[in-house]
Amino acid sequence: MKFASEFRDPALAKGLLAEIAKLAEQIGATREKPVHIMEICGGHTHSIFRYGLDKLIHEGIEFIHGPGCPVCVLPRARVDECIEMAERPEVIFTTFGDAMRVPGSKLSLLQAKAAGADIRMVYSPLDALELARRNPGREVVFFGLGFETTTPSTALAIQQAAREGLTNFSVFCNHITVPEPIKALLDDPYMMLDGFIGPGHVSMVIGIHPYDFIAQDYGKPLVVAGFEPTDLLQSVLMVLRQIAEGRAAVENQYARVVPEHGNKVSLAAIADVYERRPSFEWRGLGEIDASGLRIRPAYRAYDAEEKFGIGYAGKRAEVEEAEGCACGAVMTGRMKPVACPQFGKGCTPEMPLGALMVSSEGACAAYWQYGGARAAE
Amino acid sequence: MCLGIPGQIVAITDAGRMMALADVSGVKREVNVACVAEGPLEALVGHWALIHVGFAMSLIDEDEAARTLEALRDLGEAQETLAQMAEGAAALEGRA
Repeated sequence: MKFASEFRDPALAKGLLAEIAKLAEQIGATREKPVHIMEICGGHTHSIFRYGLDKLIHEGIEFIHGPGCPVCVLPRARVDECIEMAERPEVIFTTFGDAMRVPGSKLSLLQAKAAGADIRMVYSPLDALELARRNPGREVVFFGLGFETTTPSTALAIQQAAREGLTNFSVFCNHITVPEPIKALLDDPYMMLDGFIGPGHVSMVIGIHPYDFIAQDYGKPLVVAGFEPTDLLQSVLMVLRQIAEGRAAVENQYARVVPEHGNKVSLAAIADVYERRPSFEWRGLGEIDASGLRIRPAYRAYDAEEKFGIGYAGKRAEVEEAEGCACGAVMTGRMKPVACPQFGKGCTPEMPLGALMVSSEGACAAYWQYGGARAAE
Repeated sequence: MCLGIPGQIVAITDAGRMMALADVSGVKREVNVACVAEGPLEALVGHWALIHVGFAMSLIDEDEAARTLEALRDLGEAQETLAQMAEGAAALEGRA
């Protein structure tokens, strides 16, 4: 254990681990009958593995890795649609780098770029806007991807494009929301979840109240957490305290960044530009009611689905997931990444078969990066 | 793309578009400050913010900025974000 070098405050981490162990004993959590805590956000999954928290923590606590990695839940059909647009000669297709290696049914965006499509990795939708200004003869499409943390950025970019009257900029909107898949998981009779670690930066945008139903209707605790290892341990402790006291509430461990009611400007921009789709497809989870956003009719001119007749606006292509890929089972916590027959064989970060191996926030990539030795255990 | 990165706002570049220059680990990058603007934009200069795909999303104090940056460096996320900023700049020139 490399406590001194790994933790900024080793004494605090040790103290929290001891308190967690004490509470775990008190509520009777054991290796055979563990308390299941789902960390929703892929950033938290990454942090848990980086610091080996799953190994340091009392054996009666089991982390279940949630669906909070947007590129990991992206169906192959969406990638195919991106490539279809990118292959048009007039299109400059722009995307966050994270999406480049996600496999489509034939190619990834990276492979399509190598084959000649004009696909550019950008840091921000603002870069895509600037490309549209500089290239009036081209159609610039931005791949709008991500949870509520990135949704305000594309909403504000679309508002800006409308103010400037840009006609060659559009967004392929695949934004998704955090609370709805959690409801879907809680409604799944096979899921055995005792509590949640809520996402930090998503909650900075939406606040803590969109999770109220988890405590009120399902009786499960949720604690919004920061990204430092001691934030995560503190949050686990807060979840366990609720369980020990027989109560369920939404609590905020990350109040130094997350305001109770979220960010007003962001929420207003999201509400102005986007509306809910009746349902949206998630890789591994299927269609989930009201879990995706689309661009409102008032901003139709900036909607790539409408402009190119693609995606949910066109005839939707049903694409099967890759054979032998167990991303769905891993994502719902039914299977550990190393139990997937393709893990490390047909599927590695260099040549991913499933999306969970692509992003550093995907559970499989996290196991691979930090658990090479562990996988062999 | 899911985690924000701390940056210090060093100048307002285009008040009409709510744009400012931020210093993110030594890299200067234009960011949108609409989400953190309450009152005159000039008042933001010198403040630290969590910057998310080019948008300042939350003002934070200097200590929180330092701690967050350290955590992001540990995870390799800070390096990744800086690389993405460089890619974004290259994309504008048609080099990426």
